[in-house]
Amino acid sequence: MTLLYILALILLCVALNQLFRVFELSRDLRGEKLYKVHDAENKANGRGMLLFMFAFFAFFLWQIDQYYYRILPKAASEHGNKIDALLNANYALVVFVFFVVNGFLFYFAWRYHGTKNRKAEYILHNNKLEMLWTTVPAIALAFIIIFGLKYWNEIMKRNNDADPVKIELYAKQFDWTARYAGKDNQFGIDDYMQINGSNPVGLDTNDARSNDDILVKNEFHIPVNKEVIFQFRSRDIIHSAFMPHFRAQMNCVPGQITSFRFKPTITTAEMRQDPHVKRNIDEINAMRAKKGEDPIDFDYLVLCNKICGASHYNMQIKIVVESESDYNAWIAKQPTRKGKAIAALK
Amino acid sequence: MEHHSNTAVLEGHHVHDHAHAHDDHEHHQNFVQKYVFSTDHKVISRQFLITAIVMAVVAMTMSIIFRLQLAWPGEKFAFIESLMGKKWGKDGILDPNAYLALVTIHGTIMVFFVLTGGLSGTFANLLIPLQIGARDMASGFLNMLSYWFFFASSIVMLSSLFIEDGPASAGWTIYPPLSALPEAIPGSKLGMTLWLVSMSLFIVSSLIGGLNYIITIINLRTKGMKMTRMPLTMWALLITAILGLLSFPVLLSCALLLIFDRSMGTSFYLSDIYIGGRPLEQSGGSPILFEHLFWFLGHPEVYIVLLPALGITSEIIATNARKPIFGYRAMIGSMLAIGFLSFIVWGHHMYMTGMNPFLGSVFVFTTLLIAIPSAVKAFNYITTLWKGNIQYTPAMLFSIGLVSSFITGGVTGIILADSTLDITVHDTYFVVAHFHIVMGLSAIFGMFAGVYHWFPKMFLRMMNKKLGYLHFWVTFIGAYGVFFPMHFLGMAGVPRRYYTNSNFPMFDNMVDLNQLVTIFAIIAAFGQVIFLINFFYSIFRGEKAPQNPWNSNTLEWTTPMAHVHGNWPGKLPEVHRWAYDYSKPGHTNDFVPQTVPLGPDEHDGGEH
Repeated sequence: MTLLYILALILLCVALNQLFRVFELSRDLRGEKLYKVHDAENKANGRGMLLFMFAFFAFFLWQIDQYYYRILPKAASEHGNKIDALLNANYALVVFVFFVVNGFLFYFAWRYHGTKNRKAEYILHNNKLEMLWTTVPAIALAFIIIFGLKYWNEIMKRNNDADPVKIELYAKQFDWTARYAGKDNQFGIDDYMQINGSNPVGLDTNDARSNDDILVKNEFHIPVNKEVIFQFRSRDIIHSAFMPHFRAQMNCVPGQITSFRFKPTITTAEMRQDPHVKRNIDEINAMRAKKGEDPIDFDYLVLCNKICGASHYNMQIKIVVESESDYNAWIAKQPTRKGKAIAALK
Repeated sequence: MEHHSNTAVLEGHHVHDHAHAHDDHEHHQNFVQKYVFSTDHKVISRQFLITAIVMAVVAMTMSIIFRLQLAWPGEKFAFIESLMGKKWGKDGILDPNAYLALVTIHGTIMVFFVLTGGLSGTFANLLIPLQIGARDMASGFLNMLSYWFFFASSIVMLSSLFIEDGPASAGWTIYPPLSALPEAIPGSKLGMTLWLVSMSLFIVSSLIGGLNYIITIINLRTKGMKMTRMPLTMWALLITAILGLLSFPVLLSCALLLIFDRSMGTSFYLSDIYIGGRPLEQSGGSPILFEHLFWFLGHPEVYIVLLPALGITSEIIATNARKPIFGYRAMIGSMLAIGFLSFIVWGHHMYMTGMNPFLGSVFVFTTLLIAIPSAVKAFNYITTLWKGNIQYTPAMLFSIGLVSSFITGGVTGIILADSTLDITVHDTYFVVAHFHIVMGLSAIFGMFAGVYHWFPKMFLRMMNKKLGYLHFWVTFIGAYGVFFPMHFLGMAGVPRRYYTNSNFPMFDNMVDLNQLVTIFAIIAAFGQVIFLINFFYSIFRGEKAPQNPWNSNTLEWTTPMAHVHGNWPGKLPEVHRWAYDYSKPGHTNDFVPQTVPLGPDEHDGGEH
């Protein structure tokens, strides 16, 4: 079999060689200069440029039509709506510039394709035009910068809500642990030297503040319309806590504590009723049914978004957003760290 | 520096006066001196180009393999096992660690070996002496060393593919602690050491090469070649070399500290780590320090990759539009502005690291400023086409392709530069789409344009035009087909560097988009086979090149069609005008070479 392949390859080479020979001979016989570009070719390529432009723009619009409901649904947090508003404004600007500037490029590429009898115009520069296209982008950028930084400062501001929920997301290869501050709403200090089987997130056991802390895996709950302050730690390498539905993200860096805060505005149950989300989930379930898998429902997730090793692609934890009373009922059922330890002793 | 430049000048004069002696000398060279350890810039440029092509083929093949995995996760492709072996491609399914290794090495090779070493190495070497009218580089010997360091570094990088634990796999940005801890990922064992060794050699190559380029351009310009008469390729390569000279040493120190952390027990980047079932003794460092050092090179690096391509296209677009480049001085000014700004924007890669938000806002400001000179450049290219008489050589097609990808990829940069918006698009496929289009495609289009345009200077033959057309259209369509849809993946929140997007259901219905991308990638890869056939065939059997096939103004087209050591037999040419007198009124031809003296009432275009 291998022999056959090799033989076929050799034959192909011989055939190609002959083909090139014929081509070279005819080239030399006619004495043409093949590298010279003829008017017909200029015209064809110019047309190609224009055609490409239409095809490219159509491809873009087709993709919007195909994917608009598959992109992230509406933001489920207060600041997320601001980000989305700014993002949409930026998209509008960027798409406009994309169409106009590419349009000019491809139009000129077609319009001014070379012909033998024409000479290009000798134009060196044009101060008015240059002033225009320097100042217009500058002004547009000034607006982008001003609004961007306004929102950035608002989102990153450390304003203290009366009674925020404090949660720590602790990352390690390849899972997340959520830690609640407990009744005192204070985290105890950590000490990575004390990490062991019964102290998986490395808390300083001498710090009484962490006795009432609550550790959960696989999923954690947060109350709707209440500010949540996240702090992030990592046990081993850099991870990133990416909560796309809340437009929230922060790296988890070993050796330092990072933080992010947001106020969720839509519960998981409400989000499941969102038409955009529903359409998406129906589509996914149809695909799953074909493969014989169980249907799923929409869930908020924390994804790892910084390369962290072999299972980077599979490092998530579920977030459940629910009413404050449901949240209180849920959290009351979770054992505290100390309670767990006592239970283990019994 | 002072001393060095003096010797360079002396050497230049020496060559100038004894051109004939050099010619005689050439006859005594044996094969090894002429083609292997050559000090001739034209030979070195070909060495860089062919090495880069080999590396590019490796990196492109890698991308096809991981694209197959992303489009059809879990599907068996027998060739993956035969190519990658039983360990990495068991039953034709790519291993997750192998996936990360491929992504890492693909990025490393493309960014450094193809688009830095390959692009600058090839065209700086070929064009600097030819376009400024010099016999050779200021130091031929250092130039030769530059290539051989590059070669050695390529060999080390490729050899890391064949070791037991596989090559480095922490991403091309090799953030510690992932890259520092062998327990974290197999690629951080020997593979990472080889990566660091290879990159150190690469940096040495880059530095001595860059030093040489700068000195040559500043000191060895021929009579009349004022700075304001230089073709924009020269300005681009000069600014590129300066950027490299200022930023690569920082990468070297960054890598050195990582080597210390990995092998000598220091803790520059390590703190509070518990891994492999025990707490790490090293503590007190910060991985964020690494990110700062890395991106201090990393961002100028983007422009080290891009500027030569922009320079090349400036030259090709003016030549083939048969029109002066629009706003020559504005082009130089914007390149200088981009070069300067590129040093104060690195923090935009780090908005989400927990860096002080105020610091983030400073970087938002500086980063968005870069959009202004970039916009000026794009508009100048477009206006150069306006009322031109465009000759569609393959080089011209690729140049227009570059302008398009520069626009398309550039505008999404406005979103990524905005720290507020970065919160939601950071590290998603939106970023992958952005930088592949604006940096990857633009730079590779520029490189292709340069190869088609200057092939006759390199190999004295022409590349086949029709195959060039085919190559361009397949590549252009394929490339946009690969990277444009990725924006939508990013907007759906799909993170980068995921081995598969369907291990949990959230992105299950994006799989058809991944398949579309992969199909375009395969088409584009076949397009590159056309290029390879055309390239290697034309080296040996292409049509014989005339002296000035594109009716161009610059000095390289005044050299004889033979590889002359010292470039011009006899005296060096004298320059009387800038490089862009195309279709100038009052001249019969639509081009006026730089060597033609100015008429009595004629103004030099570069003076405007």
